[in-house]
Amino acid sequence: MKRRDFVGLTGLATGALFLPSFPSLGSAVDPLRLLEPGLDVAQKKRLADVGLNAAKSAGASYADVRIGRYLNQSIFTREKQVQGISSTESFGFGIRVIANGTWGFASTNNVTDAGIAKAAQLAVQIAKANSKVQKEKVQLAPQKGYGEVSWKAPIQQNAFEVPIKDKVDLLLGVNAKALDLGVSFVNSILSQVNEQKYFASTDGSYIDQDIHRIYPSFGVTAIDRASGKFRSRQALSAPVGMGYEYLTPKAADKVAGPTGSDIIGYKNSYDMLEDVAAAAKQVKQKLTAKSVVPGKYDLVLDPHHLGLTIHESVGHPLELDRVLGYEANYAGTSFATLEWKAKGIPYGSKVVNIVADKVTPGTLGAVGYDDEGVKTKRWDLIKEGRLVDYEKIRDQAHVVGQKESDGCCYSQSWQDVQFQRMPNVSLQPGKTPLSVDELVRGVDKGIYIAGNGSFSIDQQRYNFQFGGQVFYAIEKGKITEMLEDVAYQANTQEFWNACAATCDERDFRFFGAFNDGKGQPSQSSAVSHGSSTTRFNGVNVINTARKIG
Amino acid sequence: MAILSKDEAQTILKKVLSFSTADECEANLSGSTGGNVRSARNSISTAGANDNTSLAVESRFGRRAGTATCNEFDDATLRRCVQRAEEIARLAPESPEYMPLLGPQQYLDGSRSYVAATAGITPDYRANQIGASMALCDQRKLSSAAFLDDSHGFIAKRNSKGLEAYQQVSNITFSITVRTPDGTGSGYASGDYVDASKFDAARFTKIAADKAASSVKARAIEPGKYTVILEPNALLSNVDTSLLGALMGSLDARNADEGRSFLSKKGGGNRKGEKLFDERVTIYSDPLNPEIADVTFSGDGRPQQRTTWIEKGVVKNLYSSRFWAQKAGIPDLPRPNGWIMEGGTQTTADLIKGTAKGILVTRLWYIRPVDPQTLLFTGLTRDGTFYIENGQIKFPVKNFRFNESPVIMLNNLEAIGKPVRLNGNLVPPLKIRDFTFTSLSDAV
Repeated sequence: MKRRDFVGLTGLATGALFLPSFPSLGSAVDPLRLLEPGLDVAQKKRLADVGLNAAKSAGASYADVRIGRYLNQSIFTREKQVQGISSTESFGFGIRVIANGTWGFASTNNVTDAGIAKAAQLAVQIAKANSKVQKEKVQLAPQKGYGEVSWKAPIQQNAFEVPIKDKVDLLLGVNAKALDLGVSFVNSILSQVNEQKYFASTDGSYIDQDIHRIYPSFGVTAIDRASGKFRSRQALSAPVGMGYEYLTPKAADKVAGPTGSDIIGYKNSYDMLEDVAAAAKQVKQKLTAKSVVPGKYDLVLDPHHLGLTIHESVGHPLELDRVLGYEANYAGTSFATLEWKAKGIPYGSKVVNIVADKVTPGTLGAVGYDDEGVKTKRWDLIKEGRLVDYEKIRDQAHVVGQKESDGCCYSQSWQDVQFQRMPNVSLQPGKTPLSVDELVRGVDKGIYIAGNGSFSIDQQRYNFQFGGQVFYAIEKGKITEMLEDVAYQANTQEFWNACAATCDERDFRFFGAFNDGKGQPSQSSAVSHGSSTTRFNGVNVINTARKIG
Repeated sequence: MAILSKDEAQTILKKVLSFSTADECEANLSGSTGGNVRSARNSISTAGANDNTSLAVESRFGRRAGTATCNEFDDATLRRCVQRAEEIARLAPESPEYMPLLGPQQYLDGSRSYVAATAGITPDYRANQIGASMALCDQRKLSSAAFLDDSHGFIAKRNSKGLEAYQQVSNITFSITVRTPDGTGSGYASGDYVDASKFDAARFTKIAADKAASSVKARAIEPGKYTVILEPNALLSNVDTSLLGALMGSLDARNADEGRSFLSKKGGGNRKGEKLFDERVTIYSDPLNPEIADVTFSGDGRPQQRTTWIEKGVVKNLYSSRFWAQKAGIPDLPRPNGWIMEGGTQTTADLIKGTAKGILVTRLWYIRPVDPQTLLFTGLTRDGTFYIENGQIKFPVKNFRFNESPVIMLNNLEAIGKPVRLNGNLVPPLKIRDFTFTSLSDAV
């Protein structure tokens, strides 16, 4: 590949002054740098050992180091122009230690023997200072060392190797399609991530991993100038743990919504041009769609919408650190306490089978080992409506009488300390054959919701309110017309106990949360949620239209 | 790398510019160092320290621009960084929104945005502060979760048109949630300062502990429209979307002019100059305010000055990019970092005394946009919600979900209290009538 072809349009990099602000993910770099290899494994092992040895010499009883190279590229466009291309690299070293039974952590971008040793000593100093006011000593679940091992995400095409010009052409093509179809504004974005992570611990693990994520998305806006009304529709894509192959559409990956809905869902590949054409049509319909009459409706939720509801009402409340109170000062705690679980109260109906995993290829959560050196796995959270387990890491397993971590420890970068994060959490498809049309056929008065919109849930995960991208009325088993101003409010347990049926595996697909926030300082993680289209009976729907002066 | 003085930073930046062969070149050098400690269940959970310094060079040839960065500062590395930025710039497309770099600017002098006491914080200081906070909760048999975070650093900028800027900053923030052991009561408090010598974790711990103890056995009352007293933490947040933050974040001229903002006018244009809020609403920014001293220049080098955004309910100014300001022919105003909402002299306690029936809201949470057309947001009350009758708090009430617009809220203004510093802003408690609660939550 010629350099000029590759770089193409890269001048509008992070920091260019006439650009909108970009997320601060690292230092701006030449995009070609994203293709250069980082340190080789032997160098990383040597540096890791410097850190581990320095920590032990300073008095640590346990230490792990992470040498991370985090590469990000985002391309932003609006209408006919590129707003910016951001290529960033963040490289550094983080060391976590236990001294006097207390955690300490320090990080530095000075990845030299001296810089690493200094960080190790600072981490131990912090642990010792805090141990004076510490009451609960850290108890780590035992973890055998794996020796020198590696894991690579099974991607087919590294997105960083695709010429930027091709990516820009794709996005501007998406914008052109939307403008041709009459939208007022269109923004499109392509985000790509490559985490090159090396983990080593005093347990004897030296783990080298290569992880990829990609997220194409857009938003179209239609404006009726005369009335001043405007509406938007966002893409029905999902962020995925894949390479650029996600953007090569395959007919087998397309799943039609219910007859009359004009919705197409996507599995392992995404047709961005097709979706934007649908969005352009739907966003104009939204300007004149009927405002919903509030009341009780049976909801039929597509996987792109339901994924976010699963994330908020199942994924978060079953994080054991939240359950135990470790997130009380930020994201909150959970209704699903150990005492609540012991009572055997149904979380949901018998239809509800929810599984956690960190292994499904192509998902955002898939890795070989987590960020504290635990091999990943799949496990049940809810079986036939009953809560059976939580999401946990090494220093939590003992609390629930378990001897091993679930492998869901993660840090967003070398700079931040790793902690418990959500694995993929998915509603299992129905075992009885059931198509989306068959599911809708049984609904007398309902609303079909596609895409995720506004979302809000309380700090113990009882009361939530969700919007969506596109809403259709269902009357006597048929989609009848588009609706607007729809949001539903429910209680987590009532909602999942109202789960009446879920379609079979033909309809199953993953939604993803690309930037899930948690912790202080807040960290972002990416996670996928699979489901099939699912029916919930008798849910309270409100009308969100208001008037301002 | 250590925090650099003005001379040290500008010496590096001058050298960077001397290596430039581009039409225009701008270099930004920044660094920060700091640490944090986090607790839960009255015990330390995690703690950390971080140190990072980096240089970003932007080179321009005509309307083409390229950026490169480095974090080492020897001559060879600086030269390579400049060369790389120029190489990227030469291959870049022309930007239709290009604006030439700014020349020398006059920045306000005297912003006390850095205090040495904050830069001197040690791991022992953090452990002692959070230790004292946990001890207070132990004494009262309450359970706390808290976060203490401090940092100090510098920002320096120089370009080939003669612009030069430098400022040091420091900050310490603390937040705490205190809960009763049975999980039926919860309280919250937070604070932040430029000067760590003003900080005392125990002061905030007492507030949160009192709220927790007094919020047990909350009663359910019907959702509906209520008069509310919103404490500052219910209006602004640095960890969540907030009603006042969202309103001020919507004063962007371009979105308004393009027709996709609550400030867009039917038929085109924007609503600047219209009275959209109660006449007691005045909001401005001022980086020299001693309570919220801040950086006096924006990321693109524009001066941050005292600017009135809303005056007596009238939208007076909108911020914008330099490109849009020129295109639209409007004042070239950058978005400020902190806001000041004018208020009166009444404390939250005074506002309670003057309320016949209402609800005191400590904090709102998980606030998300529902309809950008009307700036409608949803979210929930949290960590201390109380029923007020005849000027007194009568009993704690269960939390509510709300669906409300800050535009409607600031038209339904009953009273404004005395502003306090919160997350780098000055925010008063507000008494609002007809605030819309749409459902109950069991969460504590």
